[in-house]
Amino acid sequence: MALNFLDFEQPIADLEAKIEELRYLGDDAEIDINEEIARLKARSEELTKSIFSNLNAVQIAKLARHPKRPYTLDYVERIFTDFEELHGDRQFADDAAIVCGLARLDGEPIAIIGHQKGRNTKENIHRNFGMPRPEGYRKARRIMKMAEKFNLPLLTFIDTPGAYPGIGAEERGQSEAIAKNLFVMSRLKTPIISTVIGEGGSGGALAIGVPDKLLMLQYSTYSVISPEGCASILWKSQEKAEQAAEAMGITSDRLKDLGLVDEVINEPLGGAHRDYAKMAAVLKEALKASLAEFSSIARDELLARRYQRIIGAGHFITS
Amino acid sequence: MNWFSKLLPASIRTETTTKKSIPEGLWTSCTACKEVLYRAELERNLDVCPKCGHHMRIRARKRLENFFDPESSTEIGANVLPEDFLKFRDQKRYRDRLNQAQKNTGETDALIVMKGEVHTLPLVACAFEFEFIGGTMGSVVGERFFQAANTALEDKIPLVCFSASGGARMQEALVSLMQMAKTSAVLARLHEERIPYISVMTDPTMGGVSASLAMLGDINIAEPGALIGFAGPRVIEQTVGQTLPEGFQRSEFLLEHGAVDMIVDRREMRDRIARLLAMLTHQPMQSAHPSI
Repeated sequence: MALNFLDFEQPIADLEAKIEELRYLGDDAEIDINEEIARLKARSEELTKSIFSNLNAVQIAKLARHPKRPYTLDYVERIFTDFEELHGDRQFADDAAIVCGLARLDGEPIAIIGHQKGRNTKENIHRNFGMPRPEGYRKARRIMKMAEKFNLPLLTFIDTPGAYPGIGAEERGQSEAIAKNLFVMSRLKTPIISTVIGEGGSGGALAIGVPDKLLMLQYSTYSVISPEGCASILWKSQEKAEQAAEAMGITSDRLKDLGLVDEVINEPLGGAHRDYAKMAAVLKEALKASLAEFSSIARDELLARRYQRIIGAGHFITS
Repeated sequence: MNWFSKLLPASIRTETTTKKSIPEGLWTSCTACKEVLYRAELERNLDVCPKCGHHMRIRARKRLENFFDPESSTEIGANVLPEDFLKFRDQKRYRDRLNQAQKNTGETDALIVMKGEVHTLPLVACAFEFEFIGGTMGSVVGERFFQAANTALEDKIPLVCFSASGGARMQEALVSLMQMAKTSAVLARLHEERIPYISVMTDPTMGGVSASLAMLGDINIAEPGALIGFAGPRVIEQTVGQTLPEGFQRSEFLLEHGAVDMIVDRREMRDRIARLLAMLTHQPMQSAHPSI
C-alpha cells in the first residue's frame, strides 16, 4: 500500500522505492534477487526503527495528522461488532464530524462517541475535517446521557484539529455546547474511557474526553492550542511551530510524565497507519483491560474517583 | 503662568511645581465616544462612560469592592500562587511574564475570589483580572475558582463569577486545558446541591473560559457590548473567508441567539444580582431602594 511518506521518512521512502524497483525487475530477471530484497527490507526496518526512536514533537504531530492514519470508524470496524450509528442532536442537525453509536465489545454492549475525519476532499467536506459544530457536541451529550440511562460503559475516541471556528457555530453556542459536555461527563454515572487516537485539539477534544481513564496512542498529540496557533500568538510567527510544540509538550510521553495521560498505547513500527489490524488489536486489548478496571466499582466510588482525577489537575504553590 | 504671577516682578517670582499640581490623569476620555471625562465621575460610574454608556474594562479588585457591601468581604485562595512548572519559554520566559504581570497589576494571578455580602445576602464572588496575562486560566485560576465554588458548597451560599479572559493560559499547556474540566466539574457539584451560580460575562470572555465556567450559569448575564465567544473573530474570519456580521459575538448578539439570559448595566449589576439570588434562595424581597 502506498504509505504517503512524511518528509522525515524520506530515507525510508527511498529504500522502499528501490525494493519496489527490484521486485518489478525480479519478475523477468533470471537471477534470484529475493535475497537482495530481504536484505533491503531488513535495512528499511532498521532505518524505520532508528528514525522513529528519535522523533521530535513536530514530527509526531505530522504522524498524528497523517492522511492515512486510522480514524474512529476504522477502529470501530475492527474492534467492535453490531455497530449501530446513532445520528442527530434532536434539535438542529446531524454533525458528521462526530460519530456516535452503540456496539458490542466482545459481546458486551457499550456506547461510542468519536471525532471523524474524512479521507478525501469530498469526505472531508462532509466531515468538516473532523471539526465539530455545537450540534455535534449536543449529539455526543445525548449519547452520554443514553449510556448513563442504560448503564452502558462509554468509549470515546479523540481526533480533531479543534471545535469548528465558524459563524454558525458561534451563533448556535459552541462555547455552551462544549462547557455542558464537560459538566455532564464529570458526573456521568457510567465508566468513561477516552483514547486520543490522532489529534487532540484543545476544547474541541476535551468536550468528549473527561474520562475515568485517558489512553493515548504513541504518536498522537494533545494540546491546548495547535503548535501553529501557539507560535503565531506567542512568537508572532507560524514558523516557530516546532519550538511551540516542544515548549508545550504535546506528545504522549510528555503528557504521561505530567500525569495527564494514564496510559500510552504503543503503535506498530512506523505508526498506526502502517498496520491497521495490529493497531486495532492492541487498542482493543487496552480498552478491555481498562473497562475491567472500572466494571466492578460502585457508581458513587467511580464518580468520587473521577472527580478527584479532574480536580487534581494543576500545578501551583501554596504559601 | 496665571494673571497673578504675571503681576509679580520677575525678581520675586519663583518657579514652583505647584502650577503643575493637577494630578496625573484627573481627566480621561471614553475609549468609545472619545468624550473627555472627569476621572472621579467615571469612577463613580464604575468605569462606565456617563455620556455613551460604554463599559470600559475594570480591574477585578475594584469590581469586587464595588460589588460587595462595604467591609463585608474577605479574600479566599490568595495563598495559591503560580508556578512555572514547565519552564515554558516563548519570546519571554513564563516566569518573567508572571513577575511582570504581578508587578504591573499588584495581583498574584488572574482570578480574585472573595466571600462577603451583597445587600446583606452572603455569597462568594470571583472576578478575572484581564490585565494579568489577558485573564488567562491556568492552574491558579482553576484552583481559586475551585476553592470559591467549594466555599459556596460548604456554606450553602451562592456563587457569582465575573469573567474577563482570553481563554486558557498557553504557557501551562495542556494543564491549562484541564482547568476547563476542573471548573466545570465543581459547578456540576454545585448544581447537584442546588446552589445558585450566576455567571457574568464581561469584555472579553473567550476560548476556554467561555467554553467552561462562563457558560454554565444557572443565570448567564452579559455586560453591554462585551465580546463573548469560543473562537476569536480573527480566527473565524480566516477560516470562513468572509467578513463577520456587524455586532458578531457581542452581548446583544448572544442575547438574540439565546446564549445569555440578560444584559445588565454594570451600575445596576449589584442590585439585579441580589434580587435574582434572593428569589432563587427564597429570601425576602430586596428593598426597592437599597442603600447598601
